[in-house]
Amino acid sequence: MSILVIAEHDNQTLKSATLHALAAATQIGGDVDLLVAGSDCQSVAAEAAAIPGVRKVLVADAPAYGHHLAENVSRLVADLAEGYGYLLTPSTTTGKDFMPRVAAHLVVEQISDVMAVVGPDTFRRPIYAGNAIATVQSSDPIKVMTVRTTSFEAVETSGGSATIESLSQVFEASGTRFVSEALVQSDRPELTSARVVISGGRGLGSADNFAHLYELADKLGAAVGASRAAVDAGYVPNDMQVGQTGKVVAPELYIAVGISGAIQHLAGMKESKVIVAINNDPDAPIFQVADYGLVADLFTALPELIESL
Amino acid sequence: MKVLVAVKRVIDYNVKVRVKPDHSNVDLANVKMSINPFCEIAVEEAVRLKESGAASEVVVVSIGPKSVQDQIRAAMAMGADRGIWIETAETDLGALSIARLLAQVVRDEQPGLVLLGKQSIDSDNNQTGQMLAAMLDYPQATFASKLTVTGDEAEVTREIDGGLQTLALKLPAVVTTDLRLNEPRYIKLPDIMKAKRKPLAQTSPETLGVTPSAGLKLLSVEPPAERQGGVMVESVAALVDALKNQARVL
Ligand SMILES: Cc1cc2nc3c(=O)[nH]c(=O)nc-3n(C[C@H](O)[C@H](O)[C@H](O)COP(=O)(O)OP(=O)(O)OC[C@H]3O[C@@H](n4cnc5c(N)ncnc54)[C@H](O)[C@@H]3O)c2cc1C
Ligand SMILES: Nc1ncnc2c1ncn2[C@@H]1O[C@H](COP(=O)(O)O)[C@@H](O)[C@H]1O
Repeated sequence: MSILVIAEHDNQTLKSATLHALAAATQIGGDVDLLVAGSDCQSVAAEAAAIPGVRKVLVADAPAYGHHLAENVSRLVADLAEGYGYLLTPSTTTGKDFMPRVAAHLVVEQISDVMAVVGPDTFRRPIYAGNAIATVQSSDPIKVMTVRTTSFEAVETSGGSATIESLSQVFEASGTRFVSEALVQSDRPELTSARVVISGGRGLGSADNFAHLYELADKLGAAVGASRAAVDAGYVPNDMQVGQTGKVVAPELYIAVGISGAIQHLAGMKESKVIVAINNDPDAPIFQVADYGLVADLFTALPELIESL
Repeated sequence: MKVLVAVKRVIDYNVKVRVKPDHSNVDLANVKMSINPFCEIAVEEAVRLKESGAASEVVVVSIGPKSVQDQIRAAMAMGADRGIWIETAETDLGALSIARLLAQVVRDEQPGLVLLGKQSIDSDNNQTGQMLAAMLDYPQATFASKLTVTGDEAEVTREIDGGLQTLALKLPAVVTTDLRLNEPRYIKLPDIMKAKRKPLAQTSPETLGVTPSAGLKLLSVEPPAERQGGVMVESVAALVDALKNQARVL
């Protein structure tokens, strides 16, 4: 059975999330094609063609796909679905947006956030904020799924030589109009692929105090994340939220500062290799998942930590 | 304009679930149940649209056994005008079937705007609103953190991985809510009393002409791998030492 993976990209470069979805496809087994739908996205197609194990890169290059609007991308994917046994895309906000529409067009269920491939039709996925793991079996003729990127090691990016095929279908819905985008610019590593992540919570107390975390992050080459409470309070932008309903991260080192450890936060970080917690409340639940816990006032601990590195 | 809101009955977000000993599912016996937090945000937004004059009526719909009436009543206590209960044996029929049932309600009710939560906190699917929009061929905006309705258009700001995106949708449309859209109001006792007298219609998949399908079978449910308990360190110096020499991550 062949597999179509829908690539995540910004029309210039391929997002690493795609490499994790491709890893899940490799585990399922079969010919793997990669769809690049975008606008002026030829550089992405070239990058995609170099990934070993990809048979064919399908490129749909049209203004209609420039902002990855779900209405348009889902029609395209549904149109291409025939002949494929599986449709996969990473479980990012883009993937979550268009993929269920694909499933509805094909009148099948979607399997969200696949974290393990058990067999050709059987998969594992987290439910209840990761407090339970469900094993589900699909009897649908085509398996539509989003892939939890932290559960699959990224595939290699060079050495392959896939053929590139241009598609001419353009699906453009008239009911949705792109108005604007405010993307957060940062020189730090991307949250979901960083080796080290430092997250701050309500304990930081203000947006200004996050400067301590940024300083520490820059010393360690780390990405900075946050709890929902810190985002809700306006200390940091929404794209930094880690958790059940934010981003899922699994770095080698996760440092939680002034975060209590609610189950919704743990859902997004408890697969990290080493967890450090700094909190002045010895009973904070975060210490139950931490490999190293430090009971301290963060305003004295952080400067000391920065100093000693 | 009429606004339709889909609300789901789920385990309360404060409860930590336990997997049943036979691994057939999680144990929901004697567990506190509530309206899904994202659905609560959707109800709040609909009620605010009505209060601002942008909406004329707020209708809530929930699918599941008799107990989901509690959540419909809660939504009516928040300010929704009437409720529709679609009776089924369970709340988790699979997102495809839920979306098909909701699509039929939309065809009957003809709302200008359909609001859903972005995600149920039990199944963590994040699918239903998108499927519903596809079935109706409606525009959609998921992960809404700001919603403005003017004439026959809705402008929606969405929380996406890279930041924020704003879309304009021609109504009727489907919008799913994110955490920052609003802060739901506190329900007051008199409103609970008032909600008891609001109309609540009952219907069924048969009446709606939908036969739920089961494309996905739940084979088993396991507890997640537990993390080994760690150690407490006494000082920043001890922490740095442990990270360098023990964990070797610095
Ligand atoms: C539907 C839903 C979805 C949610 N999704 C998410 C999600 O995706 N991600 C998420 O994070 N949360 C999520 N939450 C919220 C979650 O339940 C918690 O409310 C939130 O994680 C708490 O954030 P916090 O730990 O920063 O704040 P708090 O719980 O207030 O904890 C602050 C901590 O800082 C410590 N502290 C204070 N001052 C200091 C100091 N000077 N030095 C050291 N420590 C200090 C305190 O001891 C405390 O432990 C969700 C909730 C709901 C209902
Ligand atoms: N049984 C149900 N009854 C009513 N609405 C539901 C039901 N299940 C899901 N929904 C709606 O779909 C949204 C997303 O759910 P899900 O796709 O399951 O994550 C929820 O927030 C509800 O608005």
